[in-house]
Amino acid sequence: MEYEVNIGIEIHAELLTKSKVFCSCPVQFGAPPNTLTCPVCLGLPGALPVLNKKAVEYAILTALALNCKINRNAIFHRKNYFYPDLPKNYQISQYDTPIGVQGFLEIETSKERKRIRIRRVHLEEDTGKLIHSGGRITGSDMSFIDFNRSGVPLLEIVSEPDISSPEEAKEYLTNIRDILVFLGVCDGKMEEGSMRCEANVSIRPKGSEKLGTKTELKNINSFRAVERALQYEIDRQIDIVSKGKEVIQETRHWDEKNERTISMRSKEEAHDYRYFPEPDLVPLEIDDAWIERLRSQIPELPEEKYERYKDLGLTPYEAKLLAHDLEMSIFFDETIKLYNNPKNIANWLLVDVTKELKDRNKVITQTLITPQLMTELLTLIDEGRISGRIAKEILPEVIDKGLSPRKIIEERNLVQITDVSELASVIEQVIKENASVVEEYKKGKEKSFMFLVGQVMKLTKGKANPKLVNELLKKTLG
Amino acid sequence: MDLADLTAHELLTLISKREIAPKDVVKSCIDRIERCEPLIKAYLYIRDPEEIINSVREDMPYSAIPIAIKDNILVRGLPNTCASKILSNFIAPYNATVIEKLKEKSFNITGKTNLDEFAMGSSTENSAFGPTRNPWDLERVPGGSSGGSAASVAIGSSIWALGSDTGGSIRQPASFCGVVGLKPTYGTVSRYGLVAFASSLDQIGPITKDVTDCALLYSFINGHDPNDSTSLNVEPYRYSPLTGDIRGMKIGLIKELLVEGIDPSVERCIRDAVKTFQDLGAIVEEVSLPHISYSVPTYYILAPAEASSNLARFDGVRYGFRAGGKTAEEMMSNTRGEGFGPEVKRRIMLGTYVLSAGYYEAFYLKALKFRNLIAGDFKKAFERFDVLISPTSPILPFKLGEKVENPLEMYLSDICTIPINLAGLPAISIPCGFVNNLPVGLQIIGPVFSESRLFEVAYGFEQAMPFHKRRPQLGGNTYGV
Repeated sequence: MEYEVNIGIEIHAELLTKSKVFCSCPVQFGAPPNTLTCPVCLGLPGALPVLNKKAVEYAILTALALNCKINRNAIFHRKNYFYPDLPKNYQISQYDTPIGVQGFLEIETSKERKRIRIRRVHLEEDTGKLIHSGGRITGSDMSFIDFNRSGVPLLEIVSEPDISSPEEAKEYLTNIRDILVFLGVCDGKMEEGSMRCEANVSIRPKGSEKLGTKTELKNINSFRAVERALQYEIDRQIDIVSKGKEVIQETRHWDEKNERTISMRSKEEAHDYRYFPEPDLVPLEIDDAWIERLRSQIPELPEEKYERYKDLGLTPYEAKLLAHDLEMSIFFDETIKLYNNPKNIANWLLVDVTKELKDRNKVITQTLITPQLMTELLTLIDEGRISGRIAKEILPEVIDKGLSPRKIIEERNLVQITDVSELASVIEQVIKENASVVEEYKKGKEKSFMFLVGQVMKLTKGKANPKLVNELLKKTLG
Repeated sequence: MDLADLTAHELLTLISKREIAPKDVVKSCIDRIERCEPLIKAYLYIRDPEEIINSVREDMPYSAIPIAIKDNILVRGLPNTCASKILSNFIAPYNATVIEKLKEKSFNITGKTNLDEFAMGSSTENSAFGPTRNPWDLERVPGGSSGGSAASVAIGSSIWALGSDTGGSIRQPASFCGVVGLKPTYGTVSRYGLVAFASSLDQIGPITKDVTDCALLYSFINGHDPNDSTSLNVEPYRYSPLTGDIRGMKIGLIKELLVEGIDPSVERCIRDAVKTFQDLGAIVEEVSLPHISYSVPTYYILAPAEASSNLARFDGVRYGFRAGGKTAEEMMSNTRGEGFGPEVKRRIMLGTYVLSAGYYEAFYLKALKFRNLIAGDFKKAFERFDVLISPTSPILPFKLGEKVENPLEMYLSDICTIPINLAGLPAISIPCGFVNNLPVGLQIIGPVFSESRLFEVAYGFEQAMPFHKRRPQLGGNTYGV
C-alpha cells in the first residue's frame, strides 16, 4: 500500500530581546550560572511578572511575517506542571488566544511549491537548565539548576500537519529560521538551542481523509537531524502498519547517536496542564496602529529578495543562495547601488568571496571588505587595469585588511600592461624562444596558441591584458 | 491609658507638640508586647527591642509609630513564613513594594504577625505555629487570616498594621478585634512582595485603631507600581483631614446579607447603625443584590484554582523546607506533603480539581460568569447608592476549635466579605457595637476608587458612635501579669 505522511512542526525560538520576558534580567549566553536572576525569574514568593513590550513586538513581527491574523486581545495563560527547572512550577504561556493565528508559509522543494498553514504563533517563557552530575539524568546522584535561561522569551510557532516529507520539513524549518534571522528576532542556531523543534508525525493510506495516529518527536537538535529523525519515524510507522499493527500515540525521543527514535511516554501518562488565564497579567491589547507600525518595520524577507534577484537576471540558484543569506544579501544590495552589474557581483560573492569566508569561518560582516572596496575591485577588472586572476590574488588582502584594491595594485605594480609596444616586444621574445611551438601552431595545433599566451603572461607576471595578448599574438603570427 | 493605646494621629500630634518623646511610644509598644504577647501570640517574629528603639529617628515622625506586618508581606532580612512549615526557614531577600514605600518614611516595623497558613482561613487557627487569641476574650479567635495584625493593633503591641485580604482577611479580623480594617480597590495597592494566595482577589490594606489612621496609612501604601501589572495607573489617594459630613448621602443596606444565618445580636447592631446614619442626615434604603448568594461557591472555585497554581512554587527545590526523597519528584512530593497544613492541602486539591480537563468549563468558567454577575449587581446598586452597608461578619467571634472540624461552616461565615473581593471593590470594617463585650463590625462598601468616600462615611459614624475608643481590658493598665 502507498502511504502519505503528515508532519506538523512546533518550533521554539529564543527571542533576542535585551531583557527577559517578565523581568528586567539580561538575556545573555555563557554567563556564570544563576548570575542573571531576580525574584521574578527565580519564582520567589511574592514576585510578579511584568510583560516585556519588545518581546511582544518581536512576536507580532514574526506573526505578521508568517501571514498570521493578530489577536487584538491576546491573553496569557498558566501552564501548570511540576519540574525542577520550572521555578514557579507553572509556565506563563498562551492558550486559546495566542498573538498570531491562521498564518501560512510558502516553501519550494525539488518537486513543488506549496503552502504550509501555520496554526499559531505565541509568546511564553523559557525554563531554567538542568545539569546532571555525570552528564545524564539516569544514574546521576545530583543535579544542578541554572536559572539564567529562566524567563528568556520564547516564541512558539506551530504548523498544521501539512508537511508531507522530511525534505519539506527541512525546507519549512530553514525558511522559518531565515525569516526569524532576517527579522532580527532570533539567531536561529539550532545546535546551540536558540531554536528548537518538535514534530508530530503520522501516516495514512494514500487518499484517506482521516489523519493517522501521531507520535511526537522530541530532541531534534540540528537541521541535519530533522530529516533523518523524520525519515526514521516514517519508516518505523510504515513498518508497523504494514505488519497490520497500530501506531501508539506517544512521545518519542530522537536518539542522535544511534539514529533512532525511542519511546518516552504514552498518551495515558500525558500531562493535564490545567491552563487558566494568568491573573498576574492583564490582557494584552494590540491595536491597529501598533500592528501597522510593526508591519512597516518588516524588512524585505528571503522570499521577496529571491524574486527581486531573479528579476535582476540572477539564476534561480544564485538568487536563492543570496536571498537566504542575510549578511551576503545586504552586502549584495549595497554593492548593486554602486556597481551596475548584479550578475557579476553575485558571481564574485557566491564563488570567490564565499570561498574566502569559508576558509576563515566568518560571515562577510565580520571581515573588512565593504561594498565600496568590492566595487573598486570589479571596476578595476572592467577597466582592464587588472586581470581576474590578479583580482582573485588580492581579494584576501581586501577581506582581511580592508585595503583599497587600487592602492594594492599601484603599490605592488600589478597594473595590467596595456601598452601595445611593451607587449609587442614580449611577444617577439616569446616567439623567438619557442620557434618549434610556433611551427606546430602554424600547422594547425590550436593548443600551442594557448601555450604561447601563457608564456607571455608568465613573462609579464600575469600583468598583461590577456585580451590584448590574444589579439597581438594572432596578428604577429599572421 | 498608655501611649500604646493611642492612635497614630494622636501620637503624631503629641510628638509634634513635643509633649512626648518619640522613643516613649516605641517603648510603650515593646512593653505591651512583653506583657501581652505570651497570651495573645499575635506575632510570629518580633524584632530585637533594642533595634526597634534604635530605629527611631527624631526627624522622621513615623519611625516613632510602630507598625506590625502580616507574615505574608516580604520585609527584607526578616523571616517570612506565611505561618507555614514549608517556609519556616525562609528569610525575605527583598522588600514588598508597600514596605519600600513605608521605608521611605522610616516606618518602624515591630515584627511579622500570625495568620492562617498562606492566608487561608478565618480564624488564624490554621497557623502552623499555633493560633492567635482574641484580646477581647482569650477563648475566642481573633478572626483571620490577618488575625495577628488585628489582635496586635487591638492590644497595642503595635499602633497600626498591614494585613492582606482575599475574601475578608482584613475586615473580618478587624471586626472580631474591634478595630478598623480596609480592603482597598483591587489594583490600588501593589501586590509585589505579597505572597500570592489568589492573585485576582488579594489586596494589602491597613488595620488601625480608627478611621483617620486607616486613611493615613492607606495614603502611604497606595499608588501605581510598575512591578505589579495589575496595579492601576490612577491618581493615588492622598490624605486630607476627614469631616464626616454625610448629609444627603444615599446608603444601601444589602438585604441578602442580613438574613442568611445571621446572629440576631449582630443584626441588631447593624439596625442601630442604620439609625445612626439616618440621624447623621443620610438616606438609608434596603437594596437587593440577587447574585450575592452565589459568592461563596464562586469564591471557593476561583480562589483555590489560583492558589493551587500560586502555591506550586513551594517544592523544596530552591528555598524553604525540604523533605527527603530518592528522586527529585519524590523530594518535591514529600516536601509538599509534609510542608503544607490540612487547609492549604484542601484548597490545593479543590483548585487542582476545578482546573482539570473536563471540569474547567463546568466549574472555573462558570464561576467566572458568576463573578461577573456579582460585580454587575454591585454596579447596578451603585447607580442608586453612594455606598452599601452590611455586617462584616454575620457571627460574633467564635471559640477556638469551634469550627475547625467544619470547614464549610467556616467558609460560609465569610459571606459578607467575599463578594467585595469578587467585584474588586473597596470596603472598610469599623466597630459598630459590642455584644457581651465582643466587638461587632460594620462593613461599608463603595464603588471602585471610592476610598475617600468610605473614610468620610466611616468617620461620620465613628464620631457619632465612638466604639473605636474602647480597648480590650487585657491591654489597659488593668491588665495584671
